[in-house]
Amino acid sequence: MPQNLILSFFFHISVILIALVTLPFVAKKPIDIPPLVSVELIQITDKTNIPFAPKAKKIIEKVKKKKEKLVSDQAPPKKVKKEKSETIPLPDQEIEKIKKIETEKQNPILDDNKAKQVSEFEKKELFDPNNIAALIDKSKENFAETTAKKDEITQSQDQSMKLLGLTLSEEDALKAQIFGCWSIPLGLPYNDNLLVRIKLKLKPDGTVIKSEILDHARMNKPGQGFYKVLAESALRAIQICQPLRVPTTGYEKWKDLQLNFDAREMLEG
Amino acid sequence: MYKIKLISLLIVIFLTSNVHALIEVDITRGNLNPLPIAVSALHSDNETNDKFKKDIKIDNIGDKISSVIENNLRTTGLFNPLEKKAFLQKPDVAHLKPRFEDWSLIKAQALITGKVEFKDDKVRVEFRLWDVLAAREMLALAFTTVPNNWRRIGHIISDKIYERLTGEKGYFDTRIIYVSEKGPKTKRIKKLAIMDQDGFNTKYLTLGNELVLTPRFNPTNQMITYLSYFKNLPRVYLLDIETGIQEVVGDFAGMTFAPRFSPDGKKIIMSFAKDGNSDIYTMDLENRIVERITNHPSIDTSPSYSPNGKYITFNSDRSGYQQIYVMKSDGSNVKRVTFGNGLYGTPVWSPRGDLIAFTKLHKGKFYIGVMRTDGKGERLLTENYYQEAPSWSPNGRVLIFYRETKSNSEGEGFSATLWSIDLTGYNERQVITETDASDPSWSSLLNN
Repeated sequence: MPQNLILSFFFHISVILIALVTLPFVAKKPIDIPPLVSVELIQITDKTNIPFAPKAKKIIEKVKKKKEKLVSDQAPPKKVKKEKSETIPLPDQEIEKIKKIETEKQNPILDDNKAKQVSEFEKKELFDPNNIAALIDKSKENFAETTAKKDEITQSQDQSMKLLGLTLSEEDALKAQIFGCWSIPLGLPYNDNLLVRIKLKLKPDGTVIKSEILDHARMNKPGQGFYKVLAESALRAIQICQPLRVPTTGYEKWKDLQLNFDAREMLEG
Repeated sequence: MYKIKLISLLIVIFLTSNVHALIEVDITRGNLNPLPIAVSALHSDNETNDKFKKDIKIDNIGDKISSVIENNLRTTGLFNPLEKKAFLQKPDVAHLKPRFEDWSLIKAQALITGKVEFKDDKVRVEFRLWDVLAAREMLALAFTTVPNNWRRIGHIISDKIYERLTGEKGYFDTRIIYVSEKGPKTKRIKKLAIMDQDGFNTKYLTLGNELVLTPRFNPTNQMITYLSYFKNLPRVYLLDIETGIQEVVGDFAGMTFAPRFSPDGKKIIMSFAKDGNSDIYTMDLENRIVERITNHPSIDTSPSYSPNGKYITFNSDRSGYQQIYVMKSDGSNVKRVTFGNGLYGTPVWSPRGDLIAFTKLHKGKFYIGVMRTDGKGERLLTENYYQEAPSWSPNGRVLIFYRETKSNSEGEGFSATLWSIDLTGYNERQVITETDASDPSWSSLLNN
């Protein structure tokens, strides 16, 4: 019995020893790097303090002494940082402020340019229609009349996009579909008013519930045979094309749709 | 207070209307493909077919009339008549009530149905034009005539369909007068001939003893003016188509040529050449009074009136090269309208009044072209080794002209043919004639 206990004891001891030697997390445990961090901090303070005025020398010396002490005491790096922020930034911030004021006085135009570039960059980076208005507001606050003009355009675009309800790609898809379906009557004169406006009521899947020619009275007027022919060709195009390629969302916006068929561009060649 | 409420109500209405503004999409492009049209054979019962076969030796008259319509529509380039074999519905049923699903299945956008009946020695033809996609009737008409006029009925129906589907008058119920030619180039026999615009029903008006050139219809299509050589002297003649009576126009002591009627048919305008000088004259057909229109030591010829009769276009070499000019009908206010490279000739004013057709010779090639009446917007429609003498269809959409081919030194291998081209310049077709043909002139609509 005591033999078993002794064997068991040695076995467990050997297992523990093997584990201590071979397992990596156990081996890494004693390694520490705080001294390396403290060396880096010293280098930074040296550089930042080199160009400064003689008054700052005393402060720098004090700082050095304190740092030396800290290093010798092997203080944790966090504390060193805090001390640095307390001592060094004061002259640093002041000098930066002075510099800013000087440059503003000397080169105000350059400053404007910088600001413009920044705004354009921001526009490119954040090309989100919902944020356009916000960007414009910022630019209005900061910049001159030239940028204000651009802002007006983008504002109206933004507004029209909200009212229009169709994005450019959605509109293009619909146009491309109808282009293929519309056989323009070739006998039409190219110098007449050849615009036919048709109002559609659509189902969510793009099929036409109702189509209405907005200038219907013109169809039966004498001498308007061309208009009648064109209107009928437009209605045929809608019939052939349906269901129309409408967006999958926003039905409330496009359930009523107006198509303006204009043949002048094609007939004039 | 009431006003404030009203204004606020209006503002609310305005704002809400803005929010729900109707989405508009501009469609500025389409395809220029010909309209697919199904021309169903007109239904004719056995009795009618037997009568036609017995009287005028024509089988299946309904099918024949529909073929005339189909051919007319095809030659316009604006329609694509579908293959009859693809039709799912028979003519008798289709005429009563078309199954639009069957016709839209074969991609037809328009459908023509009809029926032919023989009653009291006369033929009655009715037809209907259907909008297949809208599933409704667009046009329905009936005609009664003598059986021999069956081709004309086909042309009149074609005109009605064309007008309904394009918005402009047709040009199928018309005739073309031309110079029929036979033999080698050195010994050419030339006769005046008249035919339907599709090349059928050709009749010869002269025997070919004298050379004939440049025949032109008068506005009522009953008279023809043309140039003929009598005793080796070219003279302008008048010919009544119905009676066959012909007469010399005016007693000119020299050569007269290039005649044409005025739009009201009361005058003939032509060139008169004497001592190497050629000027433009008119002659009143009622009182035979001759009036000199141009007076210039150059060659002025090929005059043509504008449709309203207020202006005349002609070609002249007064600038040193043959160019086209426009003047008032009294000869005043002469303006040169062509300034391009090459020689311009045979100007003809469009029946619509907006264009002038012409022949152009440039770098050894002949072109048929059109331009606006001020000379701007020149468009050359077709180019060839030799072609000239354009003549407008009555609706001002198509031009007919003639082409000649090269011949060898003995005059062999030569040919002259009639061609038509529309204003787009894409729809060029040969007009089939019994013989070689030149100098075509298009009549106005017979059924006007």
